[in-house]
Parts: sequence; C-alpha cells; structure tokens
Amino acid sequence: MATIQFDNLGHSYHPHPTKPEDYALRRLSQEWEDGKAYALLGPSGCGKSTLLNIISGLLVPSEGRVLFDGLDVTRCTPEERNIAQVFQFPVIYDTMTVYENLAFPLRNRKVPAADVDRRVRQVAEALDLTADLKKRAQRLTPDAKQKISMGRGLVRSDVAAILFDEPLTVIDPHTKWILRRKLRQIHEEYRLTMIYVTHDQVEALTFADKVAVMYEGAMVQLGTPQELFENPEHTFVGYFIGSPGINLMPCTLGSDHALVDGIAIPLPDRAVSSAGGRVGGTFELGIRPEFLELTRSGNAGAIPVQVTGVDDLGTSKLATVRLNNHTLKVRLSEEQEIPALDAAIRFPTRWTKLYRDSHLVG
Amino acid sequence: MDKVQDNRAWFLIIPVFLIVAFSAVVPLMTVVNYSVQEIFGPGQTFFVGTEWFEAVLKDERLHDALVRQIIYSLAVLAIEIPLGILIALGMPGGRSAKTSLTLVLLALPLLIPFNVVGTIWQIFGRGDIGLLGATFRAIGIDYNYTSNSAHAWITVLVMDVWHWTSLVALLCYAGLQSIPPAFYQAAKIDGASKWAVFRYIQLPKMRGVLIIAVLLRFMDSFMIYTEPFVLTGGGPGNSTTFLSQYLTQMAVGQFDIGKAAAFSIVYFLIVLLFSFIFYTIITRTGEGEKK
Amino acid sequence: MTLTLEGVAKRVGAEQHLHPLSLELQPGSFNVLLGRTLAGKTTLMRLMAGLDAPTAGRVLENGKDVTGTSVRHRDVAMVYQQFINYPAMTVYENIASPLRRQGKDKAEIDAKVRRTAAMLRITPYLDRLPAELSGGQQQRCAIARALVKGAGLLLLDEPLVNLDYKLREELRAELREIFADGKTTVVYATTEPQEALILGGNVTVLHEGRMLQTGATGDVFHTPASLECAQVFSDPPMNVVDAILTNDRVALSDGTSLPLSAHDRNLPAGPCKVGIRANHLTVLRRSERLVPVKGKVALSEISGSETFVHLRHGDSTLIAREEGVHSHPIGSDIQVYADPDRIFVFSTAGQLVAAPNWRRGALRNIA
Repeated sequence: MATIQFDNLGHSYHPHPTKPEDYALRRLSQEWEDGKAYALLGPSGCGKSTLLNIISGLLVPSEGRVLFDGLDVTRCTPEERNIAQVFQFPVIYDTMTVYENLAFPLRNRKVPAADVDRRVRQVAEALDLTADLKKRAQRLTPDAKQKISMGRGLVRSDVAAILFDEPLTVIDPHTKWILRRKLRQIHEEYRLTMIYVTHDQVEALTFADKVAVMYEGAMVQLGTPQELFENPEHTFVGYFIGSPGINLMPCTLGSDHALVDGIAIPLPDRAVSSAGGRVGGTFELGIRPEFLELTRSGNAGAIPVQVTGVDDLGTSKLATVRLNNHTLKVRLSEEQEIPALDAAIRFPTRWTKLYRDSHLVG
Repeated sequence: MDKVQDNRAWFLIIPVFLIVAFSAVVPLMTVVNYSVQEIFGPGQTFFVGTEWFEAVLKDERLHDALVRQIIYSLAVLAIEIPLGILIALGMPGGRSAKTSLTLVLLALPLLIPFNVVGTIWQIFGRGDIGLLGATFRAIGIDYNYTSNSAHAWITVLVMDVWHWTSLVALLCYAGLQSIPPAFYQAAKIDGASKWAVFRYIQLPKMRGVLIIAVLLRFMDSFMIYTEPFVLTGGGPGNSTTFLSQYLTQMAVGQFDIGKAAAFSIVYFLIVLLFSFIFYTIITRTGEGEKK
Repeated sequence: MTLTLEGVAKRVGAEQHLHPLSLELQPGSFNVLLGRTLAGKTTLMRLMAGLDAPTAGRVLENGKDVTGTSVRHRDVAMVYQQFINYPAMTVYENIASPLRRQGKDKAEIDAKVRRTAAMLRITPYLDRLPAELSGGQQQRCAIARALVKGAGLLLLDEPLVNLDYKLREELRAELREIFADGKTTVVYATTEPQEALILGGNVTVLHEGRMLQTGATGDVFHTPASLECAQVFSDPPMNVVDAILTNDRVALSDGTSLPLSAHDRNLPAGPCKVGIRANHLTVLRRSERLVPVKGKVALSEISGSETFVHLRHGDSTLIAREEGVHSHPIGSDIQVYADPDRIFVFSTAGQLVAAPNWRRGALRNIA
C-alpha cells in the first residue's frame, strides 16, 4: 500500500527537449491516495503507458520525481518498489503449473513453504483458479492466464500497487465483463492501489474510483466517472468520454449568454461570472447529447432545428439535428417521439458548458 | 484451408520435378538396385537378395566405425549446443554497429569451404609450422595428432566446434530476439534470478530454434566427411575413421559396390531413425503447448 | 451485384465450420454479419469472396454460378482487421494498385485515387509509407484501396476492431456515409451488437456455424426468432428467467409476478422462458406499471452515458440499466423495475412465442 506522489514529473525521449511536443509526458505534480483504483484513459500516444512505466520503475523519467509514501523511488527498480504489473498479453511461465506460477514470486523472496502454500491457495480462491492449480499454465484460456498474471501480483503481501497495461486486449469481447467484475471484486477485497491503463472508456469508468484522462502527454482531468461525465473540464474529456461525445459549437459571448450564429443560448451563472471581463481566446459551447433536450418549437427557450436522421440503437435512439450548419446529436429514450417538422432543442443551463481555448470556464 | 484449384500451377512444377527425378530419385533407385546385386562386370550381375545387407550388418569394422561416429556426434552436440546458447545469451541485442559486427564475426567460420577448414587445422596443429603445434611444443606438451589417437580426436572435435558453433549461436540468437520484453519485465518484477529467467523464460521460448539446431548439427556431424579426412585422413590407424569415410573406402577404394550400396541404405536409415528420436524427445518435452 | 448463396456449407475434416445456409444480398445493400468469435463469419466471408470453395451448395453473382471460380476472377474487394497495405508502396501507390492492374490510364487513376482519398480523409498522407501512419490512417488506406476498385461486392472483416474506441466511432460514422450511395453490396462482419445497430441495413446473425436469423436490423433486433439469437444480438446480454404462464399473469421462478400485456395475452398457459433487456429493467420507477425486483449489487458497469448494474437475484445475475453515471457499492441492496410490456416470451426450447410491439420505421433521413 502506498500513496503515490508525482513531483514535477516529466519525460522526454529527446536528449534536449525544447517544446512541449517533445515530451511524451508533460509536467505533472499530483498526489494519489492509497488503496484506490485509478485509471489512465486516453488514445494511443497520449502518454498513459509512459506514465505507467514510470510508476512501475521500468522507465526512469527524464525530469522530476516519483514518491511512494514520501520515499523517493524515482530510480528504484520494480522489485525494489514492490510493484506488480499485468501486461497486454498474458505473461506466464510456460513450463510451470498454475500453482508454481503463483508461488514463483514468493519462492524468489525465500518465503517459507507453508506461507507460500497458504497465500497461493488464498489468491487462487479469490481468482476462481483453485480447480486449475495443478494444470500446466500454458494450456489455459487467455483470460485464465491473465488471472494468473494478476495472481502473481496479489500473492505478495507487501505489494505496493498493481499496475495493469490494457490487460483485456486479448480477451474475447463477451468474456471481458467477467474479468472486469473480477478486477473490481479483487479491489474491494484487497483494497490495494490499482492503476489501470486503457483506451476504452467503459473499462476505465467501470474499474476506477478516479479516472485520469490523458491527451498528448498531459493529464487533462482527474476525477470520478461522474465528474468526468457531468463536468468535463476540457473539451477533450467531453469528446472522449460518452458515446457519442459532447456536442461543441463555436460561440461568442453576450452579456449573460452565448451567441451561436447570433442565436442566444443561456449560460449558467458560474460561467458568466468567470468569463466576464476577460477578452480573447476561442469560445465554444458544449452540451452532452444526453442532456440536450429535444422538444417542439414554440416551447419556452426552444431553438428550432432540422432533424436530419434518427438511429435506432436498440436500447435508445440517437437523433442528429442541424442548427444552421452545426450538427448536434441528441440521445433519446426508446419511446420518445421525434417531431418531424417543428423540432426544437433546449439547452438546460445546468448542463451547458462554456469552454475557452478548450478549458472549462466556471 | 484449401485453396481454389488452379491446375496450371502443375506445369510450373514439371521442370523441378524432372531435375529432382534425374539427380536424386533415379540415382537412389540405382543404389537400391545395386544393393541386391552382385556385380562382377558390366552385364554380369546376379541377384543376391539380402546377402549384402547381412554382410554389412556383420561387418566388425563397420560396427567400430558406427560406435566412433555415435560418440563423435553426441560429443559434438554436447559441446556445441550449450556453447551456442551461451554465446547467444552474451551477444548484444538491438540494432547497433556492435550487433552487426558480432553477427558478421560469428558468421565467418560458416563461410569457409570444408576442405579449407580441414587444411587450416591440419597446418595449425603441426608441430613444426603450425601456431598451435609450435605453442604446445614450446610449453612442453607432446602434442601430435598424427600419431596419438586421443590428440587426433580432440583436434577433430575442436575443429568442428570452431566451425559450427556459430550456427547454433545464430539460431539461438534469433530465438532469443523474438521474446517480447514484457516477459523480462515480469520476471524482474517477480524477483527472478538470472538463472530462473534462463530456465523459465529463455530456454522454453527457444525450443523451436533448438529443435532445428539439434537436428541440423546431428545430421551434419553424423555424415561428416571432408574435414576429418583432410585433417587426419582417418588416422592414426582408423581411430578417426567415421561412417562416411568407411563407406567411401568401401565403395571407391575396394570397389565393393554391392556392399557399399547396401551400407548406404543402412546409413540413410540410421540417420533417419536418430533424427526421429531426437525430434520426438524434444517435441515431447514441450507437449501440450497451446497456440 | 446480387449475391446469392444456396445451401452453402463448409466442412473441414470432421468439423462442420458452417452449416448449410442460404442468403440473398440485394445490390447496393448494407449487410452486417453478426456473431461471436469463431461463429463462422470469416468462413462465410471467404466463401463469398471466393478465397475458399464451399463443400456444399452454390454461390451466384447476379445469377451466374461462380462457385468454382477463383477470387481473381470475381468482382470483389476485401478489407481485413489487420491493416493490410503494401508496405513498400506509398499510400498513393497503394490506392492506385487495383486500378493499375485494371489497366486504366494515368489521368483516370489520378482522379479516382484523389477522390477516394478525399472520401477517406487521407489526402495529406498520399506520399507517405503505411509504416509512417497511425493505425486508423492505415486502415483508411486499406479501405480506400478496396473502394477504388469499384467492385460489386465489398467485404469488411471486423475492420475497426484493432482501433481505439473513439476512432472506431468516428470511422464507423464515416463508413456509413460512404456506403450510403448504394452502389456497392457491402458485407460487414462484427462481434458487437451495438455496431450492427448503428450501421443498420440488414443483419445476419451467426452462432456456432449456424445462421440463426436474417433480415432488416431493426426487425431482427426487436423480434429475435430464438433465445439464442436474442442473446447473440444484445449487449449487455438479455436477462432470461424461467417462468410459468397462466391465464392472467406471468409468474417468474423467483416468485415475482408480472401482469400480461397486449402482446402476451392469449397465449397457452405453461412453462416458458421470459427475456427482458437491460434497458427495460430500470433503476428509476417511471410508472406504477413497473414491477419491482430486488437484488444485491455485483458490479456497476459504466459506459459514459449509462450505467449497467449487475445484480445478484437468487442464484442468477440480472443486468439493469440506469441513465447517467452512477456508482453503487458492491453488495448493497438494490431494487429495479421490470416493464411487463417489454418482456419477450420464449418457449422452453428457446423459440420466440411473443415479442413486445415496436414501431418500425426508425427514421433514417427525414426532412
């Protein structure tokens, strides 16, 4: 168990970085609580694997420090940090049985045989592997192998954190959720710090207490799944989380509202007060398809739009509407009626967001 | 996965087919034919059935040569395989000038024609003009591969190791390079010692290339001819006369075609048998591997 | 082109990879092959393309029997899940290669390549080698090369599966637009029901080498012919409970009892299986009509806009849907509500007996 601290941490693969773009991981200072489940979420190349390897000790950062419980571990090796890591593809020792695989880390540390047996059986039980203990690890299915990889981390009672690098990549789609559930259960039971890297938002949001969204080397927002969904602090977070992502339209500022092509759209008070006075920057108005309301024109605050398409997603509907030359998406429930001719949309201020240069205002 | 038939492909194979038939199949059938005939001269051939085969199997000198050959091949494998693995483990990886240089140096012994190899060592080991021989003489060791059987054996073995270990090393190197770094990382995290890493990760993952290395080295060493012939001529006496040299003596020296033909077939079958045994042993140890 | 498969089957050694099936694809239609891994989608696509010959049945293109013809003589293009491009050629050369093989002249090649590249939005990368592109761009190049050929049949075998989540969404929307012109018959294989629904068109559901159902996507989704088909074509899995039908109620095995609705009234009484989709098992009680079901939370699966709560109910696990992002502590008690108007009734053998009414005509393009 360990609180993890990043002190001005950064990493560049160039010997002499000058621009922000030279950095694989941009300047980061943060503290992460002990025993929580964290997810690093972002597209390929955003720096999440770089950060994970720095945390595990497989990569030494070019700048800054990493601290576990206040101790500087920046240059420590993975085993010195007591880290366990599960990789994209199952990493198991082919010639050993499941039992021997799980016992391996303990035997290397000269733990007495009785303790080894106890720990191995305990972890096997938690991972539903008890029946397979005597089998050759190589013969099992990929998800069982990934569980073994996880198990090798869990057997060590002194493990500080378990890191997962896109571990469900090779797992069959319709068994993925079984492993996801198992991961969550393990976390509840062992209360270890778990850090999970993925590009799949469902995995990140299901698994983690807190999700760090990363983009081009920078950590754009760290928050609970609910915070990221309801209050994205960066347009990238709005775009990346949610399916589809947030609707964005360029706008200008009026007195207490935003102007999109001259149409006034009310803004929440927070945004108005924070934005007021400061000029400059590109403004965008954002609202998630789940919060944008579809109604009939004539209702209060309704802005007429053209409905250009409706998709039946089985469990819900997704309507595409056009406001001048902006395309917006609205998520609707299965039964909701869609007016063909006099459709209009409404922006509830609670969910309307204002962004300046991609950052949330207010 | 069967491909949709396109019969025109058969026409492309005919030339190759003819060449193989001409140079391999027909001669092989000729040998089989000779092995069951007694030949006194052109046109005077008598069918003798399995007589030659019986003679071959009872031939004492052949038994001796076979024993010598088996010891030789096993010794070669016992030295070259572990040595090759060790060298592969020590080689630099990645794409650097150091790696390229090492690979080139390793490949050099493999490029030398076999009789030149024999000649190099023949001169090398001579007491008067050879570097090795002269050095031994200088430090007081009475080294003479032409009169001392033990010395001859050792020299032949060392020559083979010098010549062929690189092949094993290069094959193992290729095998090692294909191991994803994640395995080494996981082993580090598990606190595994270098020996454990070798035993549980590297060796199992090299299984494929090791099969090839063992089979190649076994078959080649079992059929070895040129190098020991040039070096020792089979001597002193017949202490370094291996199977293929004995066969040649029989066929060319004594012109005992029938017996030689029978022996060839027996030789072929022995090689086949041993190769099959080796292959089965190695694949059996990795049984149950799931793709 | 009209692609017709008559009783095609594929047997390899002792295994029947594909049981005999018949299918007719209309010209210009968009057809999705939906099924789990190893369901037979790739096998079927290879038969359609001519890469493999069926061990039974015939394949007809526009009425002409092409069963024995090799793929070289067929009018087909294919895109794979591993972005396959000629590594030594630039993107331009890659896209131009089928046209060069067709012997078109330079000006025509240039025009077509540029037009297709613009459609796939890779015009800035025309001079690059595939190795220099990201995964998404490489796949766009592969798709462009397949499109430019102008083949009558275009096969895509899980083309987006190796791409990031968001990239997949974007490319999917673009592909829909590109194929909307109706000139090519498209067959798209996928394991994800969501993808099938978003792409629309027609769907053929495959499971363990068998064709379970085929038809318009909306029809198959809302009216699955069997329990198996309903399970393959739903994500998350449909909740299934054993039940007994009586004259006025549906009694579930755990004791919960649901009133009959318009679609399941007048059915013969007896044992059956009841299916209910996750989005009809809700956490919010929107109307008095909904019937409460209790359980203990096993997992909250969050998917951006919605949360799927897995709950233990007796000795089975049910999945309920909740809008927005919510986290329920594992092990806590929870009450969800089932909508009796939305249950599917299957016979004990798994055949569909009654499906909830749904309004067809999911409007694609209005105004």
